[in-house]
Amino acid sequence: MAELSQTNAPIYEALRKFRRMRVVPFDVPGHKRGRGNMELTEFLGEDCMNVDVNSMKPLDNLCHPVSVIKDAEMLAAEAFGAANAFFMVGGTTSAVQSMIMYACKEGDKIIMPRNVHRSAINAMILTGAVPVYVNPDVNHQLGIALGMSVSQVEQAIRDNPDAKAIMINNPTYYGICSDLQRITDLAHEHGMLVLVDEAHGTHFYFGENFPITAMAAGADCASVSMHKSGGSLTQSSFLLMGKNINADYMRQVINLTQTTSASYLLLSSLDISRKRLALGGREIFAQTVEMAEYARSEINEIGGYYAYSRELINGDSIYDFDVSKLSIYTLPIGLAGIEVYDLLRDEYDIQIEFGDIGNVLAYISVGDRKRDIERLISALAEIKRRFGKSSAHMLTQEYISPVVTETPRKAFYAPKRSLPLEEAAGHICSEFVMCYPPGIPILAPGELITPEIIEYIRYAKEKGCQMTGTEDINIERLNVLDI
Amino acid sequence: MELWFTERHTPNVKFSIKVDHQLYSGNSEFQRIDVFDSKEFGRFLTLDGYMMLTEKDEFIYHEMITHVPMAVHPNPKNILVIGAGDGGVVRELTRYASVESIDLVEIDELVVEVCKKYLPTTACRFDDPRVHVYYEDGVKFIRRCTDQYDVIIVDSTDPFGPGEGLFTKEFYGSCFKALRDDGIMVNQHESPFYDEDAAAMQRSHKRIVESFPISKVYQAHIPTYPSGHWLFGFASKKYHPTNDYNGTKWSMLGIKTRYYNPRLHTGAFALPCYVEELLRDVE
Repeated sequence: MAELSQTNAPIYEALRKFRRMRVVPFDVPGHKRGRGNMELTEFLGEDCMNVDVNSMKPLDNLCHPVSVIKDAEMLAAEAFGAANAFFMVGGTTSAVQSMIMYACKEGDKIIMPRNVHRSAINAMILTGAVPVYVNPDVNHQLGIALGMSVSQVEQAIRDNPDAKAIMINNPTYYGICSDLQRITDLAHEHGMLVLVDEAHGTHFYFGENFPITAMAAGADCASVSMHKSGGSLTQSSFLLMGKNINADYMRQVINLTQTTSASYLLLSSLDISRKRLALGGREIFAQTVEMAEYARSEINEIGGYYAYSRELINGDSIYDFDVSKLSIYTLPIGLAGIEVYDLLRDEYDIQIEFGDIGNVLAYISVGDRKRDIERLISALAEIKRRFGKSSAHMLTQEYISPVVTETPRKAFYAPKRSLPLEEAAGHICSEFVMCYPPGIPILAPGELITPEIIEYIRYAKEKGCQMTGTEDINIERLNVLDI
Repeated sequence: MELWFTERHTPNVKFSIKVDHQLYSGNSEFQRIDVFDSKEFGRFLTLDGYMMLTEKDEFIYHEMITHVPMAVHPNPKNILVIGAGDGGVVRELTRYASVESIDLVEIDELVVEVCKKYLPTTACRFDDPRVHVYYEDGVKFIRRCTDQYDVIIVDSTDPFGPGEGLFTKEFYGSCFKALRDDGIMVNQHESPFYDEDAAAMQRSHKRIVESFPISKVYQAHIPTYPSGHWLFGFASKKYHPTNDYNGTKWSMLGIKTRYYNPRLHTGAFALPCYVEELLRDVE
């Protein structure tokens, strides 16, 4: 067998070979190459249905890879500069949960910023690990949570020398990076593992002049959403591991919750995307950055809007900034981010990634065309002209430090009762409340409900944020601990 | 030997012209550009395989998109043309002595160069000192313009490809902003006949209605466009296209035309019932 290189995509190549063999299927999936479900086949295309197949010898098995998946994972590890890499088909959520479940058992402490994705706190419920929150620094003008400051991490380590791991989300949704290198070194000096939620940082591994990657900083694990900036199909991700992680044990951890029928559509999309980025990523992300920089300068010229970038860097909680992100502060034109987000879609047929109270984020990638960027900029200019108003009375507060009274697991499983939102103050929440996207909890299980938080939830609902997490779909009631 | 140019007007309808020979074929950053010569229609220009103009019937399109707004506005001095790299609209505009400046914004410089070389029928007035050509995306150009034009003519290609930004609400809104208080915008408005064209026409009309206080549609017969039945949009801040129209005054200018005349001006706004209904559905 010829030696593999980044020009190979072993899963993709095996699927093409398999398709030519015209094997008669007496196995699952029951749609049998699409013939058994013509409406679906017409919708998705025959080529797609043809490779929606089950694990078998020529195609390997994700739960126990020995051939083409193993090869593809090895190439991925090489491309990302990791010791090992796993293909993940349950989203980055499953990668984040697996790395926490690897590091922590019931009762183990893990240091993390509070503005993590819900998947990390979910892992606390699954494992019974105890989160030690480091409150992120906040930019009060923009109302966004920043990275972790090194001194706060130092303090958390001093207070909790028995913690097993530190988790870092880097970059944040808005593009903000912490001092990954110093935090990693600090954690390792104290014998703690470093787990990085790098969902929004795939491109750091392949482009030039981006902030440092988790693997380059010597972190132990990183969860990378290949489907975000990497171009693979939704739900496909990578879990990257450094040399001190036992990859075989990690696979057992992953197999606790991951499907045994991994989709070859997802697997091949990871394989092909890794090849594409390894071979052409530098150019691809240079183009992405050029478009983002152009849009930023044009948007700032409109006035009112503030498309921020590296000028925010402060050497600590904004140690670096991801310039491929197009984050825009909207309050000066008198509109909440979520209102601009809705206007872009309803009035101008433009869908952006998310809007929160004070900001919107437009996701820029190599798939964008110059003319679409022009449309986005013009639509923002038009929104300001047509809908702009005084910015008085706009709520700016975005991040509220939580008061944690119980572990997420204990709170989630404890006896509870349902209270109307306005009567919930003073009680301990047993569920999540968050705007999605971005999926960062306003309240997590085990946290005290304060009047400030209720006011925030009411304001976010009124402005049209999509709120999720509660048992009550309408978020008019909250589940609280019955104590 | 027989050589034919064929365009699909729908997946089930083809329109063909027998080609005598091909004069030019090339690719720009934005699209494929071809110029052919034919016995029936003379020379014709296609972009990405879609018919843009023929020497035989271009006068209909260019007269109707230009003279209608120019005859309604009492004193049009500053004109903006978007698209129109073939020069046909500019040719018609330069016939008005009152016009002081014509800004033409065309995204594709190669279209202008090719037309200057192979289509002198339309690309014949680019050297008029009042004409200023800008090679950039019209969506971007107009973003920076405020309260400065009397008439804007949007001579776009179709609502897919490089011209699609010119069918959007953000673009029409920017045009509104770029016009003076009594300004008029006219645009190529697609056809009401085949389903897909009609849907694009309705989308475009809806967006203009939402952007301008007066928004009317008029028609012309253009043999080489799908179905031959073609529409133009007339959007205005102040003047109504027929109530505020003075045909005698326009006739006094002595501009000789082959299609447009004052009686046809008024008649062009009288639409077939099915077209009125399509428009009403989105108003």
